Amino acid sequence: MALLELQDLILNRGRQPVLHVPQLTIEEGEVLAVIGPNGAGKSTLLLALANLLPPAGGLLRFRGRPLLKKDDLDYRRQIGLVMQDPMLLDGSVAYNVETGLRFRKLPAAERERRAAFWMARLGITALAARPAGKISGGEAQRASLARALALQPALLLLDEPFSALDAPTRSALLDDVHTIFSEQRQTAVFVTHDMQEALALGSRVAVLLNGGLCQVGKPTEVFNMPASTEVAAFVGIETILPGRVLAVEDGLARIQVNGCTFEAVGEVKPGQAVYMCLRPEDFTLHPSDGTALSSARNRLKGQITRLAPQGPLVRVSVDCGFPVVALITLHSSREMGLQTGQTVNLSFKASAAHLVAH
Amino acid sequence: MQLVWDGFVKALQLLCSGDPEVLGVTLLSLQISGLATGISLLIGLPLGTLLALHEFKTRRFWISLINTGMALPPVVVGLGVSIFLWRSGPLGDLRLMYTPIAIIIAQTVIAAPVVTGLTLAALQQLNPRLQLQLLGLGASRWQMIWLLWREARLPLLAALMAGFGSVISEVGASMMVGGNLRGQTRVLTTAIVLETSKGEFAAALALSMLLLLLAYLVNLFLTWVQQRQSKG
Repeated sequence: MALLELQDLILNRGRQPVLHVPQLTIEEGEVLAVIGPNGAGKSTLLLALANLLPPAGGLLRFRGRPLLKKDDLDYRRQIGLVMQDPMLLDGSVAYNVETGLRFRKLPAAERERRAAFWMARLGITALAARPAGKISGGEAQRASLARALALQPALLLLDEPFSALDAPTRSALLDDVHTIFSEQRQTAVFVTHDMQEALALGSRVAVLLNGGLCQVGKPTEVFNMPASTEVAAFVGIETILPGRVLAVEDGLARIQVNGCTFEAVGEVKPGQAVYMCLRPEDFTLHPSDGTALSSARNRLKGQITRLAPQGPLVRVSVDCGFPVVALITLHSSREMGLQTGQTVNLSFKASAAHLVAH
Repeated sequence: MQLVWDGFVKALQLLCSGDPEVLGVTLLSLQISGLATGISLLIGLPLGTLLALHEFKTRRFWISLINTGMALPPVVVGLGVSIFLWRSGPLGDLRLMYTPIAIIIAQTVIAAPVVTGLTLAALQQLNPRLQLQLLGLGASRWQMIWLLWREARLPLLAALMAGFGSVISEVGASMMVGGNLRGQTRVLTTAIVLETSKGEFAAALALSMLLLLLAYLVNLFLTWVQQRQSKG
């Protein structure tokens, strides 16, 4: 039986529908990462899962039990909520970690034992007596996580808990949370707009765009085989080319795109209209004067329109009659002496291209 | 300047001699204004909380009404309460006119909107997502409200101070519904008006100093509680 099940859930803001989820289940022990851009309705979905927003329609079932009451305290005491802003109360860190335990009227000794365990687990034991207002953002988020984990919730809900932290703090906390989730087999729903976080924590990924769930699946599935061009664009596929399948032979499809013919692997039928999706890192660049033999089935020629350095990498925009974005190392770019306006050859493997039906 | 000096000397004499009449007036002022503030807190805290935490159709109307109430002139309150308590008024049978209870009622009408309005403002200053966070940690509605009050306790104490300040210093309503009866409804402010009208400036000044001292001591205590909380 699923831990939590959503059926045809509709949430409105005023009279405007902002979220519609036909069906979603959360299984025991899984971490579902809900990704989507700002304003997609991720936080709304999370608050709906916490039964904190009254739905305009649909139903939530917790371990098969429908949540019909307006305020189901029994259910709320099965969950733990961590928000983007740690929202600690006025008092010491230990007082904050014990907050939810006090709500449940646990004896003081048990409260202290659990708080001490989770503060140690999250590396904030030394801060126990410190006023919550006088600790750093990263420490506050650790206290907020300890506060939720101390409840030993059946379902932990996290709303972008790392987004307000600087990169090193975020990375360290992400590692700790990953370890804790694995050790505790913690069931969690985790909302983020950061794909790296979703990949690091999620055992399943749900893509939420414009208030609707576009794809739910394993991270590799969603990132490598997006169900639509919208999902593809969100998961970092920058070259999305509309084309038509000319023929399919031994699982290899020949696709016509803007007068050029490419080969790609995919389950498509001849004559079908498709989008060919390619990540920037799928392209290989060669100088136009050299012959670079490779196993790549697809070759293109184009003119560099832009070179954008990104740390040790360079994003190369190439006009091949249609726009293509490639990602290469700064070292390669220097070696080839790439410049704007220069003509270059590009290649990509048939297995790298992902086909999405129109 | 002689007048001020005489007043100061007389005030000290009155304070030191422990004049029973002055003591009575002072204690009555404290009792009436303290009780009125307490009742205002019982009305204003839940009402302000309701307005701060719940969305309903007429909410804005009620907030505008409370805000207007915060600037209610005491004489208007005195007039309104007098009409109600007057012998031929709707509550005339209770025979409350010219009693300390009448003053408490009038002062409650003055202080309650102040406490309500400032409670509303205090709770609205909190992060609105704090409610969701507390509920998401398993708080019952009462546990959530209790913690919101705890988080807003400094501005809530300020609301209490403002409520007390508004009634300990008012004279219009107390005069109209209390009648300034010696030994019964005479409070510090009405006594000051009386002494001034008689030309007894020194006595009026002494009573004024007593009133200021009283207001200062009560607020000093509340400030001490407030600041102790902010450090703790």
